[in-house]
Amino acid sequence: MGFLDKKYHDDNIIIVSLENALNWARQSSLWYMQFGLACCAIEMMATAASRYDLDRLGIIPRSSPRQADVMIVAGTVTMKMASRIKRLYNQMSEPRYVISMGSCSNCGGPYWEHGYHVLKGVDKIVPVDVYIPGCPPRPEALLEGFLKLQAKITNETLVDSEIEQK
Amino acid sequence: MTKTEEIFEYLKWRFEDANLVYHPANSGQPWIIISAPFIREISHFLRDDMELRFDSLMCLSGVHYPSEEMLGVTYHIHSTRYGYNLVLKVAVNVNDPLVPSVESIWKTADWHEREAWDMLGIKFEGHPNLTRILCPDDWEGFPLRKDYVQQDTYLGLETK
Repeated sequence: MGFLDKKYHDDNIIIVSLENALNWARQSSLWYMQFGLACCAIEMMATAASRYDLDRLGIIPRSSPRQADVMIVAGTVTMKMASRIKRLYNQMSEPRYVISMGSCSNCGGPYWEHGYHVLKGVDKIVPVDVYIPGCPPRPEALLEGFLKLQAKITNETLVDSEIEQK
Repeated sequence: MTKTEEIFEYLKWRFEDANLVYHPANSGQPWIIISAPFIREISHFLRDDMELRFDSLMCLSGVHYPSEEMLGVTYHIHSTRYGYNLVLKVAVNVNDPLVPSVESIWKTADWHEREAWDMLGIKFEGHPNLTRILCPDDWEGFPLRKDYVQQDTYLGLETK
């Protein structure tokens, strides 16, 4: 970050490593898939609305999984919904990220023992990048989750980890 | 004619075969127990009778009575014209839970009966689309029965 607020010697030329440029682009336009499963979705909507304004971080909702970079699993994942979540995740183009928002999608939440119909953690069906605790988490918590995800993307590399070791 | 007891006397005179029983309540509302096969006929009468006009089904709930091995349905109905409230109950054996549907009388009953079927396995005869409403179509068992045993997996995913 930071190369847009500097002055440069030549017109139209910024020298930056490809990795940094890609990571900067990815973390600055985290478009999330617009769907919610339960009460966490209300907090997600509050985060997107004017008071918390996700838009200022380049985070905007998209109505199609094809255009989305990140899936916020905001709410209770029922057994009926699990296959749909998996399908939606598969429809997203890479690189794709998953934020598990709230206790239900983290581990089953209040339904952890007697909820016959609830999947005990969305990480059983899709890989999760960031877990946000809370029932439901406040908008600040979701914002911090996005900041954590941005930090994670900052450290991504194009180098194959196996080759790197050699 | 506002009390359940008065409505009961009125119904008893009209439906002699339906084994109507008045059940007083220590708290809350008293109710009328009806033999299950008559529920549609009596509901129709309650809705269309000029002195009653029970035009609104407020709630339809399924119940499991494990000690009696019975499944029950409770109807809370309301007359918007006269402001009457009435509670009707039917009970059927758990091994043959057939109750006539009142969907043709109150459209509210459509989803309520589907829920009672989904959760308790009460079969509503004459319902146009008696399929599960909350659980997936291929779910096993009826979750609100007291002897419900949760399936271990669903589509290869652990449920516990």
